[in-house]
Amino acid sequence: MEYGILLSAGNEVDFMVHGLFQYSFFGHKVWITTTHVSILIVMLLLLGFAIAANRAMKHAKEVPSGFQNVVELIVEMLDKMVKGTMGKNASKFRNYIGTVFIFILISNLSGLMGLRPPTADYGVTLPLALMTFALIHFNTFKHNSLKAIWVDKCSPLPPWLPIWLPINIISDIAVPISLSLRLFANVLSGVVMMALVYGLLDLFALIWPAFLHVYLDIFSGAIQTYVFCMLTMTYIQNAIGDGEA
Amino acid sequence: MGFDENFIRGCSAIGAGLAVIAGIGPGVGQGIAAGHAAAAVGRNPGAKSDITSTMLLGQAVAETTGLYGLVTALLLMFVQPLLP
Repeated sequence: MEYGILLSAGNEVDFMVHGLFQYSFFGHKVWITTTHVSILIVMLLLLGFAIAANRAMKHAKEVPSGFQNVVELIVEMLDKMVKGTMGKNASKFRNYIGTVFIFILISNLSGLMGLRPPTADYGVTLPLALMTFALIHFNTFKHNSLKAIWVDKCSPLPPWLPIWLPINIISDIAVPISLSLRLFANVLSGVVMMALVYGLLDLFALIWPAFLHVYLDIFSGAIQTYVFCMLTMTYIQNAIGDGEA
Repeated sequence: MGFDENFIRGCSAIGAGLAVIAGIGPGVGQGIAAGHAAAAVGRNPGAKSDITSTMLLGQAVAETTGLYGLVTALLLMFVQPLLP
């Protein structure tokens, strides 16, 4: 209990983040945790894939074969997803959305490799959602005049009567919180369920937990990745679209 | 505060149990979404993939409130913020 929120170890059933190494950062006690280790492994995996993909695309052939096929398939799929939601703004955001999509997907799937998924730590999902938040408001101010933003923030009532302004601001602040908590809680519920199965039923957990892994890690993880990226794109599209309508 | 530690632990467990009742709402909501999606596929089988992806997106968003309850329960059970 002394490690603070979500850092404490359970007894038999273990799904918590563990502190591995403590150091002092400007007088604060800071921990290197298991999340850092698993995020490092995920990053190394992605880095290796990126280097291999870069090498494959440097010697790209007219008719793709082998690894080049796989890379083109992934890029085309991500492009199609971004284009389907964002239309003509897709070219500016497909790099960011593609990066976030691949990172969250591999993070969620890393439960299969025996790691604790990095996205089951609120310290990982909150920054992701805060990046979305920053992008939303950057694009709002870039594509709309200040007057249009003010009218929009007072929206159900006329702009000279800003009674709804605080409610609209609260609903803006709720966006990153709900985005991050959705991803966090979904992955965490999978982690807790698998820890309960392996911790309490270790004699009977023979083959059937594989099906739970298929649902909780692969299906749920992929759906939540898709939802996170989809909502990010929709919010950004709304922020841009107001100015052009 | 005159309560001993075990009383607070027990009350935390009861609160965690009450918090996961929040799971009823998403269950009903996801069922409604799946039912309407099934009806939509019956009416227009050609749009099956679009309907399925829209349904899954809506269900994942509807799930959020239940997950808030789950997070509250987990916090009450394992982080135990109410203990002095």
